[in-house]
Amino acid sequence: MAVTGLDIYKLLPQTNCADCGVPTCLAFAMKVAAKQAALDDCPHVSEESKEALGTASQPPQKLVTIGSGDSALKIGNETVMFRHEEKFHHPCGIAVLVNDTDDLDAKAAAIKNLFLERMGQNIGVDVVAVRCGSGDGQKLKDAAMKMQAALNLPMVLIAESADKLQAAAEGLAEARPLLWERNGPSDALVELGARTGLPIVVEGDLDKCDGDVQKARQAGIEEMVLCPGEVTPRGALQFLTMSRRAALKRTYRPLGYPVLAYAWSQDPVQLSLEACHYVLKYGSIVVLDEDRPEYVLPVLVARQSVYVDPQVPVQVEAKVHEINEPHDKSPLLVTTNFSLTYYCVLGEVEASRVPTRILTVDTEGTSVLTAWAADKFGPEQIKEAIEKSGVFDQLAEGYQKPVIPGLVAVISGELSEELGRKVIVGPREAGGIRRFFNSEWPTLVGS
Amino acid sequence: MPVPDVSERLSGAINEVTIGATEEQGGSRTRTVTIGGETSFPMLSFEGRYPHPPAFALQITAADVDDWHAEAKKHVADVAGDLEKWAGKCEEWGADLICLDLAAAHPDSGGRSPEQCADDVKRVLGASGLPLVVWGTDTDEVDNNILPKCTQAAAGENCLFGTAKELNYRTLAASCLADSHKIIAEAPSDINLSKQLHILLKDVGVNLQDIIMHPTTGALGFGMVYIYTTIERGRIAGLSGDTLMQQPVVVNIGKEIGRVKEAVSPEEESPQWGKVQVRAPLWEAATAVGYVEAGAELLVLRNPEALQQAKTALEALWPKPPESA
Ligand code: SF4
Repeated sequence: MAVTGLDIYKLLPQTNCADCGVPTCLAFAMKVAAKQAALDDCPHVSEESKEALGTASQPPQKLVTIGSGDSALKIGNETVMFRHEEKFHHPCGIAVLVNDTDDLDAKAAAIKNLFLERMGQNIGVDVVAVRCGSGDGQKLKDAAMKMQAALNLPMVLIAESADKLQAAAEGLAEARPLLWERNGPSDALVELGARTGLPIVVEGDLDKCDGDVQKARQAGIEEMVLCPGEVTPRGALQFLTMSRRAALKRTYRPLGYPVLAYAWSQDPVQLSLEACHYVLKYGSIVVLDEDRPEYVLPVLVARQSVYVDPQVPVQVEAKVHEINEPHDKSPLLVTTNFSLTYYCVLGEVEASRVPTRILTVDTEGTSVLTAWAADKFGPEQIKEAIEKSGVFDQLAEGYQKPVIPGLVAVISGELSEELGRKVIVGPREAGGIRRFFNSEWPTLVGS
Repeated sequence: MPVPDVSERLSGAINEVTIGATEEQGGSRTRTVTIGGETSFPMLSFEGRYPHPPAFALQITAADVDDWHAEAKKHVADVAGDLEKWAGKCEEWGADLICLDLAAAHPDSGGRSPEQCADDVKRVLGASGLPLVVWGTDTDEVDNNILPKCTQAAAGENCLFGTAKELNYRTLAASCLADSHKIIAEAPSDINLSKQLHILLKDVGVNLQDIIMHPTTGALGFGMVYIYTTIERGRIAGLSGDTLMQQPVVVNIGKEIGRVKEAVSPEEESPQWGKVQVRAPLWEAATAVGYVEAGAELLVLRNPEALQQAKTALEALWPKPPESA
């Protein structure tokens, strides 16, 4: 949270004594705001002022860490309501629910299966929510230990009452699980959280969360996650929107925490859609009682999409990418270095199993048509990229024929002249690549 | 300290646009569909109005459906090739509108003549009482050739015709004005281009209240988020009072799903992704729900299963206004 010079000025004695080395308190305040001086440089500033400034400079939504080590999940610390205003900072955790009564090996295997790579990123399920379905705290601990050993992912531990969380919380304290007592936190959970130093869930409507957060803070708990409880998607959207606004726009600290949203829908399709919706609108952990990939995949992709920094074009390296071990008679596809474009082409090429080179031209991460319109994907740029890459040296005579996207068929003549080589117009869409390889390519290179 | 009231009252409202005309209104539709009219961000009923639920159209076409992905094709296999039957089916499937896609007019897809296209429009209007959206081919010359005949054939029915683009809007604008239809203004994911196009349309006489905007469409994971953000930005402007951004939004989702490997790749190729008969409609529905979150009010789908799924999901979100409203 940016603190202005005026905010700081209000905290100073306003005597303009110049003991700080600056002629006036206001000038000094400006220096502090610009981080050119520390508040301590004023020998007369009160303890209360120091504390007030310390709080004011905290981010409006707390950063909460769940788990430990490399797989730890950091959530919260968000700064905007709409991603174009800056970006969404900390990708939400996507959690699969496991009951301590489940076949844990099967569950662990299913969750491992949900660890996928897409467009150069790992997009898997990254949290396990272990619920005490047995009603026995010891069983919950055993199940959590087992999941920890099998998956080493951050965990949410869920039980109806604090006493059932105790064994697992104490046994796994080093792994920093998030403790979720349903409808909690009771005094017992607050005590457990404070003693173990673990983050806790505060569940209920905004008013209840408001009170409970303050109670827990007084007990010394710093890291908390809010949860609207068992409400309709409409209720959850309202909670998620209001709590985030209260934190970001009014710096209302009791609601300045990330939010856990549980997809309550029974039907798996609806559950998946509900979860997607929480990913887009302000959920920081989204819990699903579902582990089949066909239902989880859209949720993972929704997260991957919405947490992209809208200010930075998503691009891949501009170079020759060798797919399926190409040789000197393999096709050479030319496209842009916009990630989406490249990965669409890559997916089709991989599926075709045809050894291929893909030359990505540096279009600053813009798509084929956009780049062409902006003069970043014209004959000149393509020629330059081909020459720079030296890719023709790897190709036999007769195969030095770049295949350009059908969308820019208009440039084929000019490019061909520039290169002094035949240029092949490929399909308009990546989806046409396989057909192109099978039917057109062989005749075009005369084999 | 009580929890601060952070509900927001916004100064602008999205235009309310009705598609379709009943007999009393000079058409032959059995019902009309109204979208827009919001004074809040999507679904935030606690602080503003969202008077009409998002509307869903199902796409039909006289063109070959060979390039449709298998999971969408299986639903329409019986009716493809028979627009009238297909239109009737859409009604059964719960569509609010029908979207006749004129792809068949493109030379690469059979080159249906303007007269044939106009006849297609007439037959669809005859076969179903639902309001009609008519979507051109993406090729300017073809559109300018066929669309005037089609708007004429549907005169009085208050259809929605698209698409008008910055470099090709005059013909469609004149036709829609002459035959009293609503118009889709298409600008590729950029609110300034979009506003510019609305000004151009206004300059040739189109009422800003008769425009639905199409920021173009990408599927979830395949460009959706760019357009999602464009819609959000436009919505913020519209709700803050910018009359050039108060047009409801249409997205044409159905035809985008086939590009998404995660959605349509068969299980033999991608066993790690699970059942394709679940993935394909779910992807289409998830894309639809995502666009509604951004602000879209009219969604064109292909897969009737996806339509049901998305509608059910939105029922859990859409704040039904009080009966008296
Ligand atoms: S030392 Fe403190 S009180 Fe004196 S001028 Fe500087 S800021 Fe003001």
